[in-house]
Amino acid sequence: MAEKKRGWKELPIGAIIDEAGSSEKFKTGDWREGRKPVLNKDKCTNCLLCWIFCPDSAIIVSNNEMKGFKYDYCKGCGICANQCPIGAIEMVPEEE
Amino acid sequence: MKVVAKTANEAMAEAMRQINPDVVAAYPITPSTEIVQIFSRFVADGEVDTEFVPVESEHSAASACTGAAAAGARVMTATSSQGLALMNEVLFVTPALRLPIVICAINRTLSAPINIHCDHSDTMDQRDSGWMQFYVEDSQEAYDSVIQAVRITEEAFLPAIVSADAFILSHSLQRIEMLEDEEVQDFIGEHKTPYSVLDVDNPITVGPLDLQDYYFEHKRGEAEAMRKTPPIIKKVDREFGERFGREYGLIEEYRIKDANKAIVVMGSTAGTAKEVVDTLRQDGEKVGVVKVKAFRPWPREDINKSLEGLEYVAVMDRAEGMNGFGSPLFTEVRSSLYEIDKRPDIYGYVYGLGGRDVKPRDLKKVFDDLKKVESGKKIERVNYLGVRE
Repeated sequence: MAEKKRGWKELPIGAIIDEAGSSEKFKTGDWREGRKPVLNKDKCTNCLLCWIFCPDSAIIVSNNEMKGFKYDYCKGCGICANQCPIGAIEMVPEEE
Repeated sequence: MKVVAKTANEAMAEAMRQINPDVVAAYPITPSTEIVQIFSRFVADGEVDTEFVPVESEHSAASACTGAAAAGARVMTATSSQGLALMNEVLFVTPALRLPIVICAINRTLSAPINIHCDHSDTMDQRDSGWMQFYVEDSQEAYDSVIQAVRITEEAFLPAIVSADAFILSHSLQRIEMLEDEEVQDFIGEHKTPYSVLDVDNPITVGPLDLQDYYFEHKRGEAEAMRKTPPIIKKVDREFGERFGREYGLIEEYRIKDANKAIVVMGSTAGTAKEVVDTLRQDGEKVGVVKVKAFRPWPREDINKSLEGLEYVAVMDRAEGMNGFGSPLFTEVRSSLYEIDKRPDIYGYVYGLGGRDVKPRDLKKVFDDLKKVESGKKIERVNYLGVRE
Protein backbone atom coordinates (compact mmCIF):
# COMPACT_ATOMS: atom_id res chain seq x y z
CA MET A 1 0.00 0.00 0.00
CA ALA A 2 1.21 3.51 -0.77
CA GLU A 3 2.69 5.51 2.13
CA LYS A 4 0.24 8.04 3.63
CA LYS A 5 1.33 11.48 2.45
CA ARG A 6 2.05 14.06 5.12
CA GLY A 7 0.27 17.41 5.45
CA TRP A 8 2.16 20.72 5.31
CA LYS A 9 2.39 21.09 9.09
CA GLU A 10 4.14 17.72 9.41
CA LEU A 11 7.02 18.41 7.01
CA PRO A 12 10.59 19.28 8.05
CA ILE A 13 11.57 22.96 7.76
CA GLY A 14 12.96 24.25 4.47
CA ALA A 15 11.78 21.35 2.28
CA ILE A 16 14.80 19.32 3.38
CA ILE A 17 14.89 15.52 3.39
CA ASP A 18 15.88 14.52 6.91
CA GLU A 19 16.67 10.85 6.27
CA ALA A 20 19.54 9.38 4.28
CA GLY A 21 19.04 7.05 1.31
CA SER A 22 15.39 7.95 0.83
CA SER A 23 15.74 8.12 -2.97
CA GLU A 24 15.18 4.35 -2.98
CA LYS A 25 11.55 5.08 -2.14
CA PHE A 26 11.17 7.05 -5.35
CA LYS A 27 10.40 4.36 -7.96
CA THR A 28 11.54 6.12 -11.12
CA GLY A 29 11.06 2.94 -13.20
CA ASP A 30 7.57 4.14 -14.09
CA TRP A 31 9.16 6.95 -16.13
CA ARG A 32 10.22 4.22 -18.65
CA GLU A 33 8.46 4.55 -21.94
CA GLY A 34 8.01 1.75 -24.42
CA ARG A 35 11.15 -0.36 -24.09
CA LYS A 36 13.15 -2.12 -21.44
CA PRO A 37 16.53 -3.97 -21.39
CA VAL A 38 16.64 -7.78 -21.29
CA LEU A 39 19.75 -9.89 -20.71
CA ASN A 40 20.89 -12.85 -22.78
CA LYS A 41 22.63 -14.82 -20.00
CA ASP A 42 24.24 -17.22 -22.55
CA LYS A 43 26.20 -14.37 -24.20
CA CYS A 44 27.05 -12.32 -21.04
CA THR A 45 30.70 -12.44 -19.93
CA ASN A 46 30.11 -10.49 -16.67
CA CYS A 47 32.47 -7.70 -17.76
CA LEU A 48 30.07 -5.39 -15.85
CA LEU A 49 30.46 -2.44 -18.23
CA CYS A 50 26.65 -2.14 -17.99
CA TRP A 51 26.98 -1.76 -14.21
CA ILE A 52 29.63 0.96 -14.66
CA PHE A 53 27.63 2.94 -17.21
CA CYS A 54 24.07 2.62 -15.85
CA PRO A 55 23.17 6.16 -14.68
CA ASP A 56 20.48 4.83 -12.33
CA SER A 57 22.35 2.00 -10.53
CA ALA A 58 19.72 -0.35 -11.95
CA ILE A 59 22.02 -3.29 -12.80
CA ILE A 60 21.79 -6.12 -10.28
CA VAL A 61 25.21 -7.63 -9.52
CA SER A 62 25.91 -10.45 -7.09
CA ASN A 63 29.27 -12.19 -6.60
CA ASN A 64 30.71 -10.25 -9.57
CA GLU A 65 27.98 -11.66 -11.76
CA MET A 66 25.45 -9.71 -13.84
CA LYS A 67 22.03 -10.87 -12.60
CA GLY A 68 19.58 -8.61 -14.39
CA PHE A 69 17.84 -5.23 -14.00
CA LYS A 70 16.03 -3.34 -11.23
CA TYR A 71 12.96 -2.43 -13.27
CA ASP A 72 11.65 -0.26 -10.39
CA TYR A 73 14.47 2.20 -11.19
CA CYS A 74 15.50 1.50 -14.83
CA LYS A 75 14.33 4.43 -16.99
CA GLY A 76 14.91 2.51 -20.24
CA CYS A 77 17.66 4.82 -21.57
CA GLY A 78 19.42 1.90 -23.34
CA ILE A 79 22.95 2.92 -22.36
CA CYS A 80 23.62 -0.61 -21.04
CA ALA A 81 22.60 -2.17 -24.37
CA ASN A 82 24.71 0.37 -26.24
CA GLN A 83 27.79 -0.23 -24.07
CA CYS A 84 27.61 -4.05 -23.96
CA PRO A 85 30.61 -5.12 -26.12
CA ILE A 86 29.05 -8.42 -27.19
CA GLY A 87 25.38 -7.54 -27.65
CA ALA A 88 24.10 -9.48 -24.63
CA ILE A 89 21.58 -6.77 -23.72
CA GLU A 90 18.65 -6.06 -26.00
CA MET A 91 16.04 -3.33 -25.71
CA VAL A 92 12.63 -4.87 -26.25
CA PRO A 93 9.06 -3.50 -26.27
CA GLU A 94 7.69 -3.22 -22.72
CA GLU A 95 4.93 -5.88 -23.17
CA GLU A 96 7.40 -8.75 -23.77
CA MET B 1 27.04 55.13 22.33
CA LYS B 2 28.84 57.54 20.05
CA VAL B 3 27.46 60.17 17.71
CA VAL B 4 28.98 60.12 14.22
CA ALA B 5 28.24 61.37 10.71
CA LYS B 6 27.59 58.49 8.32
CA THR B 7 26.02 57.93 4.93
CA ALA B 8 23.59 55.00 4.76
CA ASN B 9 26.27 53.01 2.93
CA GLU B 10 28.79 53.68 5.71
CA ALA B 11 26.19 53.09 8.42
CA MET B 12 25.21 49.70 6.98
CA ALA B 13 28.88 48.71 6.52
CA GLU B 14 29.53 49.64 10.17
CA ALA B 15 26.51 47.57 11.23
CA MET B 16 27.95 44.64 9.26
CA ARG B 17 31.31 45.09 11.01
CA GLN B 18 29.65 45.01 14.42
CA ILE B 19 27.53 42.01 13.45
CA ASN B 20 30.72 40.23 12.27
CA PRO B 21 28.99 37.71 9.96
CA ASP B 22 30.64 34.36 9.18
CA VAL B 23 30.36 34.79 5.41
CA VAL B 24 29.88 37.74 3.04
CA ALA B 25 29.78 36.99 -0.70
CA ALA B 26 29.27 40.08 -2.81
CA TYR B 27 29.72 41.76 -6.17
CA PRO B 28 29.97 45.54 -6.55
CA ILE B 29 27.27 47.69 -8.17
CA THR B 30 26.53 51.40 -7.96
CA PRO B 31 25.31 52.80 -5.53
CA SER B 32 25.78 49.94 -3.01
CA THR B 33 29.45 49.32 -3.98
CA GLU B 34 30.68 51.33 -1.01
CA ILE B 35 29.03 49.00 1.51
CA VAL B 36 31.09 46.05 0.29
CA GLN B 37 34.16 48.20 -0.37
CA ILE B 38 34.19 49.49 3.21
CA PHE B 39 33.41 46.05 4.57
CA SER B 40 36.24 44.44 2.57
CA ARG B 41 38.60 46.89 4.27
CA PHE B 42 37.36 45.66 7.67
CA VAL B 43 38.14 42.13 6.46
CA ALA B 44 41.63 43.12 5.24
CA ASP B 45 42.37 44.97 8.48
CA GLY B 46 41.31 41.98 10.57
CA GLU B 47 38.46 43.87 12.26
CA VAL B 48 36.04 41.03 11.47
CA ASP B 49 36.39 37.25 11.26
CA THR B 50 34.33 37.06 8.08
CA GLU B 51 35.11 34.76 5.16
CA PHE B 52 34.81 37.28 2.31
CA VAL B 53 34.00 35.76 -1.10
CA PRO B 54 34.52 38.18 -4.02
CA VAL B 55 32.33 36.36 -6.53
CA GLU B 56 31.98 36.94 -10.29
CA SER B 57 28.33 38.08 -10.32
CA GLU B 58 25.34 38.76 -8.11
CA HIS B 59 23.81 35.43 -9.14
CA SER B 60 26.92 33.80 -7.66
CA ALA B 61 26.78 36.08 -4.62
CA ALA B 62 23.24 34.98 -3.82
CA SER B 63 24.16 31.35 -4.49
CA ALA B 64 27.26 31.43 -2.28
CA CYS B 65 25.30 33.18 0.48
CA THR B 66 22.49 30.62 0.33
CA GLY B 67 24.96 27.72 0.40
CA ALA B 68 26.85 29.22 3.31
CA ALA B 69 23.61 29.77 5.24
CA ALA B 70 22.65 26.13 4.59
CA ALA B 71 26.00 25.20 6.14
CA GLY B 72 24.90 27.05 9.28
CA ALA B 73 26.78 30.33 8.79
CA ARG B 74 25.56 33.84 9.61
CA VAL B 75 25.51 35.46 6.17
CA MET B 76 25.11 38.97 4.75
CA THR B 77 25.57 40.72 1.41
CA ALA B 78 24.78 44.01 -0.32
CA THR B 79 23.51 44.96 -3.75
CA SER B 80 21.36 47.28 -5.89
CA SER B 81 19.16 47.39 -8.97
CA GLN B 82 20.45 45.13 -11.78
CA GLY B 83 22.46 43.20 -9.19
CA LEU B 84 19.34 42.38 -7.21
CA ALA B 85 17.59 41.48 -10.47
CA LEU B 86 20.43 39.11 -11.37
CA MET B 87 19.99 37.46 -7.96
CA ASN B 88 16.31 36.89 -8.71
CA GLU B 89 16.50 33.16 -9.48
CA VAL B 90 18.35 32.39 -6.26
CA LEU B 91 16.28 34.80 -4.14
CA PHE B 92 13.26 32.49 -4.47
CA VAL B 93 15.40 29.57 -3.23
CA THR B 94 16.67 31.15 0.03
CA PRO B 95 13.30 31.64 1.79
CA ALA B 96 11.96 28.31 0.47
CA LEU B 97 14.94 26.67 2.21
CA ARG B 98 14.03 28.86 5.24
CA LEU B 99 17.54 30.33 5.49
CA PRO B 100 18.21 33.56 7.36
CA ILE B 101 20.31 36.01 5.28
CA VAL B 102 20.32 39.83 5.38
CA ILE B 103 20.82 41.87 2.21
CA CYS B 104 21.72 45.55 2.55
CA ALA B 105 20.08 46.90 -0.58
CA ILE B 106 20.34 50.38 -2.00
CA ASN B 107 17.18 51.19 -3.95
CA ARG B 108 18.19 52.07 -7.50
CA THR B 109 15.96 51.98 -10.55
CA LEU B 110 15.99 49.11 -13.07
CA SER B 111 16.98 49.47 -16.73
CA ALA B 112 15.89 50.49 -19.30
CA PRO B 113 16.69 53.30 -19.84
CA ILE B 114 19.85 52.85 -17.82
CA ASN B 115 19.94 55.06 -14.72
CA ILE B 116 21.80 54.77 -11.41
CA HIS B 117 19.47 56.87 -9.27
CA CYS B 118 16.74 56.16 -6.78
CA ASP B 119 13.45 54.44 -7.11
CA HIS B 120 11.99 51.27 -5.61
CA SER B 121 11.58 49.21 -8.78
CA ASP B 122 14.46 46.86 -7.86
CA THR B 123 13.05 45.67 -4.55
CA MET B 124 9.46 45.77 -5.88
CA ASP B 125 10.66 43.25 -8.46
CA GLN B 126 11.36 40.90 -5.51
CA ARG B 127 8.09 41.45 -3.68
CA ASP B 128 6.79 37.90 -4.24
CA SER B 129 10.15 36.17 -3.65
CA GLY B 130 9.53 35.41 0.04
CA TRP B 131 12.06 37.84 1.54
CA MET B 132 10.99 40.27 4.23
CA GLN B 133 11.45 43.85 3.03
CA PHE B 134 12.20 46.86 5.22
CA TYR B 135 12.37 50.37 3.72
CA VAL B 136 14.19 52.99 5.78
CA GLU B 137 13.84 56.76 6.11
CA ASP B 138 17.38 57.76 7.11
CA SER B 139 20.90 56.48 7.92
CA GLN B 140 20.01 55.85 11.55
CA GLU B 141 17.11 53.63 10.57
CA ALA B 142 19.31 51.85 8.00
CA TYR B 143 21.87 51.09 10.71
CA ASP B 144 19.30 50.02 13.31
CA SER B 145 17.28 47.95 10.84
CA VAL B 146 20.28 45.92 9.66
CA ILE B 147 21.05 44.99 13.28
CA GLN B 148 17.39 44.19 13.99
CA ALA B 149 17.13 42.16 10.77
CA VAL B 150 19.77 39.68 11.96
CA ARG B 151 17.60 38.80 14.97
CA ILE B 152 14.35 38.84 12.98
CA THR B 153 15.65 36.57 10.20
CA GLU B 154 17.07 34.08 12.71
CA GLU B 155 13.79 33.88 14.62
CA ALA B 156 11.56 33.71 11.54
CA PHE B 157 13.99 31.54 9.53
CA LEU B 158 13.27 33.75 6.53
CA PRO B 159 15.71 36.17 4.85
CA ALA B 160 15.32 39.96 4.75
CA ILE B 161 16.21 42.89 2.52
CA VAL B 162 16.89 46.20 4.29
CA SER B 163 16.77 48.91 1.65
CA ALA B 164 17.76 52.57 1.62
CA ASP B 165 17.18 55.12 -1.14
CA ALA B 166 20.04 55.51 -3.62
CA PHE B 167 22.20 58.64 -3.16
CA ILE B 168 19.49 60.46 -1.16
CA LEU B 169 20.49 58.17 1.73
CA SER B 170 23.34 56.02 0.44
CA HIS B 171 25.66 58.96 -0.21
CA SER B 172 24.34 61.66 2.14
CA LEU B 173 26.00 62.26 5.49
CA GLN B 174 23.62 62.20 8.42
CA ARG B 175 24.01 62.22 12.17
CA ILE B 176 23.67 58.76 13.63
CA GLU B 177 24.08 57.23 17.05
CA MET B 178 26.21 54.10 16.88
CA LEU B 179 26.02 51.34 19.45
CA GLU B 180 29.07 49.79 21.05
CA ASP B 181 30.33 46.60 19.37
CA GLU B 182 29.48 44.58 22.51
CA GLU B 183 25.93 45.98 22.59
CA VAL B 184 25.35 44.81 19.02
CA GLN B 185 26.82 41.36 19.71
CA ASP B 186 24.74 41.05 22.85
CA PHE B 187 21.56 42.08 21.02
CA ILE B 188 21.96 39.71 18.06
CA GLY B 189 23.15 36.81 20.25
CA GLU B 190 24.36 33.41 19.07
CA HIS B 191 23.63 32.60 15.43
CA LYS B 192 20.55 30.41 14.93
CA THR B 193 20.18 28.14 11.93
CA PRO B 194 17.25 25.85 11.03
CA TYR B 195 19.65 23.04 10.04
CA SER B 196 23.19 22.55 8.78
CA VAL B 197 24.46 20.45 5.89
CA LEU B 198 27.73 20.14 7.83
CA ASP B 199 26.02 18.31 10.69
CA VAL B 200 27.32 14.83 9.78
CA ASP B 201 25.43 13.16 12.61
CA ASN B 202 22.14 14.27 11.07
CA PRO B 203 22.55 13.86 7.30
CA ILE B 204 20.05 15.84 5.24
CA THR B 205 19.35 16.69 1.61
CA VAL B 206 18.75 20.37 0.82
CA GLY B 207 16.87 21.42 -2.29
CA PRO B 208 15.77 18.03 -3.69
CA LEU B 209 13.28 17.52 -6.53
CA ASP B 210 9.75 18.07 -5.25
CA LEU B 211 6.88 17.24 -7.60
CA GLN B 212 3.08 17.30 -7.61
CA ASP B 213 2.86 15.30 -4.40
CA TYR B 214 4.74 17.64 -2.01
CA TYR B 215 5.68 21.00 -3.66
CA PHE B 216 2.34 22.57 -2.72
CA GLU B 217 2.68 21.53 0.94
CA HIS B 218 6.18 23.01 1.10
CA LYS B 219 5.03 26.34 -0.37
CA ARG B 220 2.10 26.36 2.08
CA GLY B 221 4.58 26.05 4.94
CA GLU B 222 6.70 28.88 3.53
CA ALA B 223 3.61 31.10 3.23
CA GLU B 224 2.77 30.38 6.87
CA ALA B 225 6.30 31.35 7.94
CA MET B 226 5.76 34.80 6.37
CA ARG B 227 2.33 35.11 8.05
CA LYS B 228 4.01 34.55 11.41
CA THR B 229 6.63 37.31 10.98
CA PRO B 230 4.72 40.44 12.18
CA PRO B 231 4.81 39.55 15.91
CA ILE B 232 8.49 38.54 15.61
CA ILE B 233 9.40 41.87 13.99
CA LYS B 234 7.42 43.81 16.60
CA LYS B 235 9.01 41.87 19.48
CA VAL B 236 12.59 42.42 18.24
CA ASP B 237 11.82 46.10 17.50
CA ARG B 238 10.35 46.60 20.98
CA GLU B 239 13.37 44.99 22.63
CA PHE B 240 15.66 47.21 20.53
CA GLY B 241 13.64 50.22 21.66
CA GLU B 242 13.84 49.23 25.32
CA ARG B 243 17.61 48.81 25.14
CA PHE B 244 18.61 51.63 22.82
CA GLY B 245 15.67 54.06 22.72
CA ARG B 246 14.69 53.78 19.06
CA GLU B 247 11.63 51.87 17.82
CA TYR B 248 10.07 51.81 14.36
CA GLY B 249 7.11 49.40 14.10
CA LEU B 250 5.84 47.79 10.91
CA ILE B 251 4.45 51.21 10.05
CA GLU B 252 4.92 54.63 11.61
CA GLU B 253 2.03 57.02 12.13
CA TYR B 254 2.88 60.71 12.05
CA ARG B 255 0.25 63.23 13.26
CA ILE B 256 -2.47 60.85 12.11
CA LYS B 257 -4.73 60.73 15.20
CA ASP B 258 -7.05 63.64 14.36
CA ALA B 259 -6.20 63.80 10.63
CA ASN B 260 -8.75 63.54 7.83
CA LYS B 261 -6.16 63.37 5.03
CA ALA B 262 -2.94 61.38 4.85
CA ILE B 263 -0.06 60.41 2.64
CA VAL B 264 1.16 56.79 2.73
CA VAL B 265 4.81 56.57 1.72
CA MET B 266 8.00 54.48 2.03
CA GLY B 267 11.68 55.37 2.30
CA SER B 268 13.35 58.78 2.51
CA THR B 269 10.32 60.63 1.13
CA ALA B 270 8.60 59.95 4.47
CA GLY B 271 10.91 62.60 5.96
CA THR B 272 9.87 65.15 3.35
CA ALA B 273 6.21 64.28 3.91
CA LYS B 274 6.53 64.86 7.69
CA GLU B 275 8.03 68.29 6.98
CA VAL B 276 5.12 69.17 4.68
CA VAL B 277 2.60 67.94 7.25
CA ASP B 278 4.21 70.12 9.93
CA THR B 279 3.89 73.18 7.67
CA LEU B 280 0.26 72.45 6.73
CA ARG B 281 -0.63 71.77 10.37
CA GLN B 282 0.51 75.32 11.20
CA ASP B 283 -2.25 76.48 8.84
CA GLY B 284 -4.73 74.30 10.72
CA GLU B 285 -5.02 71.52 8.16
CA LYS B 286 -5.69 68.07 9.54
CA VAL B 287 -3.07 66.08 7.66
CA GLY B 288 -0.77 63.20 8.54
CA VAL B 289 1.67 60.61 7.23
CA VAL B 290 1.75 56.83 7.41
CA LYS B 291 5.24 55.54 6.74
CA VAL B 292 5.30 51.91 5.67
CA LYS B 293 8.50 50.32 6.91
CA ALA B 294 7.68 46.64 6.40
CA PHE B 295 6.36 46.03 2.89
CA ARG B 296 6.89 42.27 3.33
CA PRO B 297 5.25 41.00 5.47
CA TRP B 298 2.41 43.27 4.36
CA PRO B 299 1.18 44.97 7.59
CA ARG B 300 -2.51 44.69 6.73
CA GLU B 301 -3.89 45.05 10.25
CA ASP B 302 -1.70 48.02 11.16
CA ILE B 303 -2.54 49.80 7.89
CA ASN B 304 -6.28 49.27 8.36
CA LYS B 305 -6.20 50.40 11.96
CA SER B 306 -4.34 53.56 11.07
CA LEU B 307 -6.33 54.53 7.94
CA GLU B 308 -9.83 53.60 9.18
CA GLY B 309 -11.87 56.75 9.65
CA LEU B 310 -9.64 58.94 7.47
CA GLU B 311 -11.47 60.60 4.58
CA TYR B 312 -8.81 61.04 1.89
CA VAL B 313 -5.60 59.10 1.37
CA ALA B 314 -2.84 59.41 -1.24
CA VAL B 315 -0.50 56.43 -1.64
CA MET B 316 2.94 57.27 -2.98
CA ASP B 317 4.73 54.69 -5.13
CA ARG B 318 8.36 55.17 -6.13
CA ALA B 319 7.88 52.43 -8.76
CA GLU B 320 5.59 51.89 -11.74
CA GLY B 321 3.64 48.65 -11.50
CA MET B 322 3.16 48.34 -15.28
CA ASN B 323 -0.18 46.63 -14.71
CA GLY B 324 -2.18 49.28 -16.56
CA PHE B 325 -3.58 50.52 -13.28
CA GLY B 326 -1.83 51.30 -9.99
CA SER B 327 1.58 50.57 -8.51
CA PRO B 328 2.37 47.99 -5.79
CA LEU B 329 1.95 50.05 -2.61
CA PHE B 330 -1.28 51.64 -3.88
CA THR B 331 -2.87 48.31 -4.83
CA GLU B 332 -1.81 46.68 -1.52
CA VAL B 333 -3.20 49.51 0.61
CA ARG B 334 -6.40 49.71 -1.42
CA SER B 335 -6.91 45.94 -1.26
CA SER B 336 -6.43 45.89 2.54
CA LEU B 337 -8.98 48.66 3.05
CA TYR B 338 -11.67 46.58 1.33
CA GLU B 339 -12.19 44.76 4.65
CA ILE B 340 -13.13 47.81 6.68
CA ASP B 341 -16.42 49.71 6.72
CA LYS B 342 -15.21 53.31 7.00
CA ARG B 343 -12.89 53.33 4.00
CA PRO B 344 -11.14 56.52 2.92
CA ASP B 345 -11.30 57.73 -0.68
CA ILE B 346 -7.89 56.61 -1.93
CA TYR B 347 -5.65 57.83 -4.77
CA GLY B 348 -2.37 56.58 -6.18
CA TYR B 349 0.66 58.72 -7.00
CA VAL B 350 3.71 57.47 -8.88
CA TYR B 351 6.66 59.74 -8.11
CA GLY B 352 10.43 60.11 -8.23
CA LEU B 353 11.22 57.51 -10.90
CA GLY B 354 14.90 57.37 -11.90
CA GLY B 355 15.84 59.68 -9.05
CA ARG B 356 13.52 62.55 -10.00
CA ASP B 357 13.69 64.90 -7.04
CA VAL B 358 10.64 65.15 -4.77
CA LYS B 359 10.39 68.50 -3.05
CA PRO B 360 8.08 69.64 -0.26
CA ARG B 361 6.04 71.62 -2.84
CA ASP B 362 5.43 68.37 -4.77
CA LEU B 363 3.94 66.68 -1.73
CA LYS B 364 1.98 69.85 -0.88
CA LYS B 365 0.42 69.49 -4.34
CA VAL B 366 -0.75 65.98 -3.38
CA PHE B 367 -2.54 67.38 -0.31
CA ASP B 368 -3.93 70.18 -2.53
CA ASP B 369 -5.35 67.49 -4.85
CA LEU B 370 -7.03 65.77 -1.89
CA LYS B 371 -8.52 69.13 -0.89
CA LYS B 372 -9.92 69.49 -4.40
CA VAL B 373 -11.56 66.08 -4.05
CA GLU B 374 -12.97 67.17 -0.70
CA SER B 375 -14.54 70.20 -2.36
CA GLY B 376 -16.27 67.98 -4.90
CA LYS B 377 -13.82 67.97 -7.84
CA LYS B 378 -12.83 64.78 -9.58
CA ILE B 379 -9.21 63.75 -10.08
CA GLU B 380 -7.63 60.71 -11.70
CA ARG B 381 -7.51 57.57 -9.53
CA VAL B 382 -3.81 57.09 -10.35
CA ASN B 383 -1.59 60.12 -10.92
CA TYR B 384 2.00 60.87 -11.93
CA LEU B 385 3.70 63.44 -9.73
CA GLY B 386 6.42 65.64 -11.20
CA VAL B 387 6.44 64.24 -14.74
CA ARG B 388 6.40 66.67 -17.69
CA GLU B 389 3.24 66.41 -19.81
